[in-house]
Amino acid sequence: MLPFTLIAAAIALGGLMLPQLIGNPYYFYAGYGVLQYVVIATGWNILGGGAGYTNFGASAFFGGGAYMAALLFKAFDAPLFVQILGAAAAGMLLGVITGYLTLRIQGVYFAIATVALVVMLDTVVQNTEYLGGASGLAVLAAPAPAWFGGQTQYVFCIMLGLACGAVVLARWVEVSWVGRGLRAIKASEPAAEACGVPTLKLKLFACALSGGVMAAAGAPYPTYSAYLDPVSAFNLTIGLNALAMPLIGGTRSWIGPVIGAVLLASVQQIATVTISSEFNILVVGVVLIAFVVAAPEGLLGLVHRSKRKLQPEFGKIDAQTRS
Amino acid sequence: MIALELILNAIATGVALGSIYALMAMGLAITFGILHIPNVAHPAMVVAGAYAVAISNQYGLDPILAGVIWSVPFYVLGRLFYAFYAGSFEARGGGNTLQSLTLFFGASLIIEVALAVAFGTDMRSVNVGYVGHSLQLGLIVLPYRFLVPALVTPAVMLALWLYLVRTPVGLAIRAVAHDERAVSISGLDPFAVKRHAFGIAMALAVIAGAALVITGPIDPFGGRVYIGRVFAIVVLAGMGAIPGVLLAGILIGVAESLVMSFLSPSWATGVAFAILLATLGLKPTGLFGAAR
Repeated sequence: MLPFTLIAAAIALGGLMLPQLIGNPYYFYAGYGVLQYVVIATGWNILGGGAGYTNFGASAFFGGGAYMAALLFKAFDAPLFVQILGAAAAGMLLGVITGYLTLRIQGVYFAIATVALVVMLDTVVQNTEYLGGASGLAVLAAPAPAWFGGQTQYVFCIMLGLACGAVVLARWVEVSWVGRGLRAIKASEPAAEACGVPTLKLKLFACALSGGVMAAAGAPYPTYSAYLDPVSAFNLTIGLNALAMPLIGGTRSWIGPVIGAVLLASVQQIATVTISSEFNILVVGVVLIAFVVAAPEGLLGLVHRSKRKLQPEFGKIDAQTRS
Repeated sequence: MIALELILNAIATGVALGSIYALMAMGLAITFGILHIPNVAHPAMVVAGAYAVAISNQYGLDPILAGVIWSVPFYVLGRLFYAFYAGSFEARGGGNTLQSLTLFFGASLIIEVALAVAFGTDMRSVNVGYVGHSLQLGLIVLPYRFLVPALVTPAVMLALWLYLVRTPVGLAIRAVAHDERAVSISGLDPFAVKRHAFGIAMALAVIAGAALVITGPIDPFGGRVYIGRVFAIVVLAGMGAIPGVLLAGILIGVAESLVMSFLSPSWATGVAFAILLATLGLKPTGLFGAAR
């Protein structure tokens, strides 16, 4: 775990050098979008992949985090770090409440509740004058530190740090007792309970972590786009991608969501420039169904399967050469 | 006096709205209530049906009649969709909840975006003579655009209930929900029975779509706000209890309507959820569901 954390920290710190090396701010603008999805997909997978509970409402957490950050900025002029912490706390609370109300019963109801959560938060924000209502809210953050050379580069580095932190957290969950407990719950909840796994507590813990990470991903968004409105904060695409990226990459391990997010988000960055965004959703929907039906373990599962298929072949060749 | 008028009108609107919600939940009462398939795409299917009805109405066809006619192709589509679902999951020992929910979620996205691409994101509505007029009963004023579709529900529900209770096929559908293996021992193919039931659920979605589009204009993504409501109705009625669906729908409709007129419209979306959670916590079998 320690070497892994050190590597992640080195990547995050190395990112600080990028603004000095690359001049074109567009790369930071596009890179931010990809990294944002790395954080969201990783956060989603803590609960979704770990315990097998489907969250359709990633945009509720993302948008909730973004609005929490905007609120802290507007009310107290809070710096970005405080905004991120506040958003993460709000996301954790939101996760625990949703989880506490629905997780005791059945996974299906949790999934439906997350759909409703998006609708509810959206209506609340649209009816709150202070947060700009339906027309949105301009967020003019203080200029970024001079080192970064611009706001876009600055939020890119912040998001890179968040992504590294989220991945370290996800890996910790995976290898620690938390992940073992969650996997037991996924395999069979009554059996896990009987073995002394505190199922409800673990699920709530996973909900809190997952919600906190996804909300933290939304926190720099107001600073990034200098503007926040309900349509972009509670966008369906976020909820869809949060689900599609881990499923395409593979939900078993921390690397799956990262692979899925980098692949899908990069393709989308290119696709939104070249084709329409509606068509984009359609393509993701089709790819999602194709993966669920044909490769339920994602790309990682496909790699594993092909390895297993190849091994006996190697064995045969080995035996032939020996004889 | 004004308060009384407000309450009476809120209740009347709630009953009518609830009846329409119940119609939207009827198909889900079959897929989720009887077959235990978490079809989160059902509201999107209802909206697809509403589009079919709205397009036919442009050629002068009555929306309810159009709904009945369109239910035939949708029945066939439902059969095909179930065959795809079962072929991809049940063949390999049943998919987990995550996978089947994802499949239906993906399907609902595809339906929504396909509608948006084909017909644009403008609102669609139907043209019928009674829209814009209201029924006046003492203090109560009820627009016909709510009243007419609300009256469709009891008729559909009665037909569906008689079909399930009185016919051999209905018996087979109820039996497959109860014990699939026993059904196959009796010489029936559980797959064929479920496929038929899924087709009926899809046909009901079109009729619900006709009712929905009479109440007001719709857009391709309009189904999403109903996901909470329809699942709440099925659970409150009790899994598999068809006659309970209407009462559960009316209860939720009235509660929502009262919240809307006395608190704030922004909380109305939460009402169905509060009821769903309360039901699951206090009486998980629902109002009319048998203990399983």
